[in-house]
Amino acid sequence: MTAPITVDDATFEAEVLNAEKPTLVDFWAPWCGPCRLLSPVVEAVGEAHADKIATAKVNTDENQQLAMRYSIFSIPTLIVFRDGREAARLVGYMPQAAMEERLREFLA
Amino acid sequence: MTATIPPSTGTADATSTDTRHHKLAIIGSGPAGLTAAIYAARANLEPMVFAGNTPLGQLMITSDVENYPGFPGGIQGPELMQLFRDQAERFGSKLLDKDVTRVDFSQRPHRLWVGDDEYQADAVIVATGASALWLGLESEEQFRGRGVSACATCDGFFFRDREIAVVGGGDTALEEALFLTRFASKVTMLVRREAFRGSKIMQDRAFAHPKVVVRWNTEVTDVRGEMTVNELGLRDTVTGEASTLPVQGLFIAIGYKPNTDLFAGQLDLDERGYCMVDGGTRTKVEGVFVAGDVHDHLYRQAVTAAGDGCRAAIDAERWLESVGEIEASTATNW
Repeated sequence: MTAPITVDDATFEAEVLNAEKPTLVDFWAPWCGPCRLLSPVVEAVGEAHADKIATAKVNTDENQQLAMRYSIFSIPTLIVFRDGREAARLVGYMPQAAMEERLREFLA
Repeated sequence: MTATIPPSTGTADATSTDTRHHKLAIIGSGPAGLTAAIYAARANLEPMVFAGNTPLGQLMITSDVENYPGFPGGIQGPELMQLFRDQAERFGSKLLDKDVTRVDFSQRPHRLWVGDDEYQADAVIVATGASALWLGLESEEQFRGRGVSACATCDGFFFRDREIAVVGGGDTALEEALFLTRFASKVTMLVRREAFRGSKIMQDRAFAHPKVVVRWNTEVTDVRGEMTVNELGLRDTVTGEASTLPVQGLFIAIGYKPNTDLFAGQLDLDERGYCMVDGGTRTKVEGVFVAGDVHDHLYRQAVTAAGDGCRAAIDAERWLESVGEIEASTATNW
């Protein structure tokens, strides 16, 4: 099972910050057009590289503390957390090939 | 949405040269391109749609679309575009979600490339649309997604009770500024000249709004901050005097640029880069037609783009018939 896990203010630490693998977190909201476009790409990247990276989703409407804590000012924003810290940040829509290129260091 | 056309990785989706020759190629997959595809597919032209790396056009970054006929309760932009796509595919259009990287319209059939993969088409409909313009500052790029945005409907929510600025003096800038007053505590509009270009009614609303402040003759020279934006460097366009403005957000609404870099030297473009049409949807190049925002800077609506796509498909079919690429008897009775 490689579909992105849904995390929230309460579960973020356990599921993302303490995760063994780097985790690609998709900060999104239901009303955001580009987010809907990007979510399937995140899923595809997660499936293609399930051995290297985990994927998770944060609904920024329901989890404003997380959105504030990580200074989300634009969605979709993707953040890779590795060893509990932000290791990379991607903003806006991009196709799968471009995302894999930007995340190369985590997928190798 | 396809502002920049990055080099394609060029993986082969079509496997034989046979599948690479098409009666009709459509470049672009917004309302214009997909409406052209629906009409062309129903006329058995089996159109090949080069949908681009960021397919389905500018409506993909909008939220509610309230003015598309047939949806009295409104519809989300991305949902509407998925319906366009479903309808185009239902009648046999093929969509490739990759950017065309080069074209050669100097001979027929016309030639198109996606990376190293070459395609040929008897007729082409150009429907690549337009993209929002950016200021072009290095610091603007650096803070994109960290306070700099070109999409108020996407990002306004994150600026609740913050002070922000909107750059631009047209209708888009006025609309964005007024929309952002729902969230921001103060919206400063930075206008390069001493007047708005936008409609009177929108100007009146902006002037009347207690949260909106207008600064004339002002341009942004720099975006500053630590992790996120906290200040803009400004310059007075008349006196040259520099100043600063503390804000947490900067929204860019300075207009649109047609996505026509690909066609430079191939199609006639006006001084702003828009495709020029030569009667209806025709261009000066035989067999090449245009539809939507790539030539229309006046209306720029989903419904006008869709209407234009329909016209281009009909023009393309009639042209194909006239040059004998399809038999007259098979041409659709529109």
